[in-house]
Amino acid sequence: MSNILDVLNNEYREQRANIPNFAAGDTVNIHVKIREGNKERIQQFQGVVIQRKNPNTAGETFTVRKVSNQIGLERIFPLLSPNIEKIELVRRGKVRRARLYYLRGLSGKASRIKERRNKPA
Amino acid sequence: MPGIIGRKIGMTSLFTPDGKSVAATLIQAGPCVVTQVKTVEVDGYEAVQVGYGDKKEKLANKAETGHFKKANATPKVKVVEFRTEVEGFNLGDTINVDFFAEGEFVDVVGTSKGKGFQGVVKRYNFSGVGGQTHGQHNRARHPGSIGACSWPSRVFKGMRMAGRMGNDRVKVQNLRVLRVLADKNLILVSGSVPGAKNSFVVLEK
Repeated sequence: MSNILDVLNNEYREQRANIPNFAAGDTVNIHVKIREGNKERIQQFQGVVIQRKNPNTAGETFTVRKVSNQIGLERIFPLLSPNIEKIELVRRGKVRRARLYYLRGLSGKASRIKERRNKPA
Repeated sequence: MPGIIGRKIGMTSLFTPDGKSVAATLIQAGPCVVTQVKTVEVDGYEAVQVGYGDKKEKLANKAETGHFKKANATPKVKVVEFRTEVEGFNLGDTINVDFFAEGEFVDVVGTSKGKGFQGVVKRYNFSGVGGQTHGQHNRARHPGSIGACSWPSRVFKGMRMAGRMGNDRVKVQNLRVLRVLADKNLILVSGSVPGAKNSFVVLEK
């Protein structure tokens, strides 16, 4: 049954190809289109991805967390939303789980994530 | 207007150009065959009978096989009659999903999922008795009073009580057709559609 549903998912294949491969723990910079009246501008939101939900479906979302003025901010983006201009992968993170809810309880030095580096060949 | 028969495939979502996410249901519908055209002279009323889905030949009895043979068709699993003007519909015609255009509004009929024997809170959205205090302990989800006392000395007919819920014929009106994929016999409508995946649904104009 589900393979019939894939017919529609394939429509997004091209769009997916332009999205960098990121996962929980990575730092990303999202360029979001914001409409104010008739004007449109781009706002950036940079933070750590703490989860990706419903992967490989049209409804896939990801949550980005950042700390701004000592206040934790989390924003949920639909991955395939036309309001997302660009997703930039800033830094890869080395984490051991897919959902980083534990970051919500940490601040400052404790909430740092080690960078993931590819092993030298 | 007549319609088309299909099966519910499942739900997904789409983005509109302005960035709104729209829930949608994918339906595999048609090709359907007009298996009988009823007229006032012969049947007393006008209707178009439409069949969908091939039946195993050994499961079809002779009466069925004969009936479908008149329309030059193989026996069908699901047959639906549409009370409509028969103008333009001939025996043996096929109706495909391209019967519907994108942007059009359709009504979808299905059989809702069976919920089994349910109490009044779930079945009729009663609010239950209220709190757990003031001496209450065992009737939080009960219906409360079902009538007065010496008059009428009975319970009125149609009083809403616990019982079997779901598995009913449900029609959802005015669902927008978002996409028609005629080569794959698929149609995508906005919103939800009654019934389980793989259950029969009827789309009407």
